[in-house]
Amino acid sequence: MVNPIQSLGAYALRQVFSAGRLGLFFIYTIRGIILPPGKFWPTVKQVQFIGTKSFAVIGFTAAFTGMVLALQGYHTLSKFGSEGWLGSAVGLSLVRELGPVLSALMVIGRAGSAMAAEIGIMRIDEQIDALECMAIDPFSYLITPRLIASVISLPLLISFCDVIGILGGYFIGVGLLGVSEGTFWDGLTSSVDWSDINMGLVKSACFSVIIVWVCTYKGFYAGVDEGSFGPEQVGRATTDAVVISSIAVLIGDYVITSIML
Amino acid sequence: MATENLIEIRSLNSSYNSSQVLFDISFAIPRHHVTVIMGVSGCGKTTLLRHLTGLKKTGAGQIIVDGQDLGAFSEAMLMQYRRRIGVLFQSGALFYSLSLAENIAMPLKVHTKLADETIRIMAVMKLNMVGLAEFCDYMPSQLSGGMKKRAGLARALIMDPEILFVDEPSSGLDPITAAGLDRLILNLRDTYGMTVLVVTHELESAFKIADRIVVMDRGIVMTAGSPEEIRNDKDPRVRQFLNREADPTKIHAESYYECLLGAAGR
Repeated sequence: MVNPIQSLGAYALRQVFSAGRLGLFFIYTIRGIILPPGKFWPTVKQVQFIGTKSFAVIGFTAAFTGMVLALQGYHTLSKFGSEGWLGSAVGLSLVRELGPVLSALMVIGRAGSAMAAEIGIMRIDEQIDALECMAIDPFSYLITPRLIASVISLPLLISFCDVIGILGGYFIGVGLLGVSEGTFWDGLTSSVDWSDINMGLVKSACFSVIIVWVCTYKGFYAGVDEGSFGPEQVGRATTDAVVISSIAVLIGDYVITSIML
Repeated sequence: MATENLIEIRSLNSSYNSSQVLFDISFAIPRHHVTVIMGVSGCGKTTLLRHLTGLKKTGAGQIIVDGQDLGAFSEAMLMQYRRRIGVLFQSGALFYSLSLAENIAMPLKVHTKLADETIRIMAVMKLNMVGLAEFCDYMPSQLSGGMKKRAGLARALIMDPEILFVDEPSSGLDPITAAGLDRLILNLRDTYGMTVLVVTHELESAFKIADRIVVMDRGIVMTAGSPEEIRNDKDPRVRQFLNREADPTKIHAESYYECLLGAAGR
């Protein structure tokens, strides 16, 4: 009788401890902005890794998403004789929702998993311990540049995604399905306004923080709770990082949308 | 006034989750001496080292460094303490995205305002001490395990620390390189007056470099003293460790063969 209650209590305590540690992790990361070492070149390096090297995968994702949206949208709208709204449908869908969310998911898969793995390996190889023993704040050295780089890169990637997605929709809608070019652009420009773009930018800022926070946290504490440091712990940390950050992005998307709409 | 002992460990107990690994550890580390902690694998040597470097918080017990309790250090005081120490980790713990010279130079880059050229010269000097000067622009992935360890030692020495902590310096090294490292540790004591704490289970190396030896087993200090005193110690567990005798309660070679042959016969 007592053991299940004890186990439940211990589980609850562990969750509270983890939540507290997650919060402190974020505070230490923000504090790292003002602590040495310098951030400029490490941030530039991370912008190149998170941002520049994600352009290709974001481009592919955006192009085919826009094309599929145009295809599906045309066949639905044509039932009501409303093909002229195709530009509006493609534009709003991408700018408000699909652009931010798909870009964030692609960045999680590419850069987030790599961050978790790299930092997890540093943990098991005692490199993080070495930083601490050299009196170098590991948050300032490892995490803060990644956070700054993500906040810089993700809005740009999402903007790129929106543009490529709209062009993909244009290519299918106008080029293949015969929607008038003027109707397409007119529908797009009359429906998409600054509040929609603003929503996309707010989501990009929030998602950029979520991705780095969750993925680097998981890597940083890989194996620490189990007291065992090996490849299995790094693998588990990477998987958890991708799954948890993806879910957090989707939940965050709903919350932000419900607030801003 | 500086005391004879730089670090004093008093009744230190330590646990991981609910499993206790150190039981009432007490001994002193004298200044300007080489202290060696020896023991079988899993006896708690590395856990003790983590306490001494501040990586694991002191719960029950005290670690007194120059008269101050390490467990009571603020974050700023801990940072100050860590600038006085150098740590060589078992695997070297080099950063794979940086070249050897950049690895060694990192503490200087962060904690000093020296020019880049001066920092590089100092890094190459330290690499020269460990015989790796010509590899300064190599990446850690291009080096052998022994070379990584030597590079890690160069990084631990870059700030000319007062205290050097070394975790298994000879593991993974060939006998000649290991002998060179032993000579270097003695040189650091004699020339720089460094206080060195070495964690190892290499008997030959330990007796060559130690001024004082602490023998641990299953989380307790079995005995501590000069190398001569340890060599003459009559404790059966100490004798077993020094004579490199297998533990008869742990290894049953005969019963293993019986099982193997018995299984094959069936």
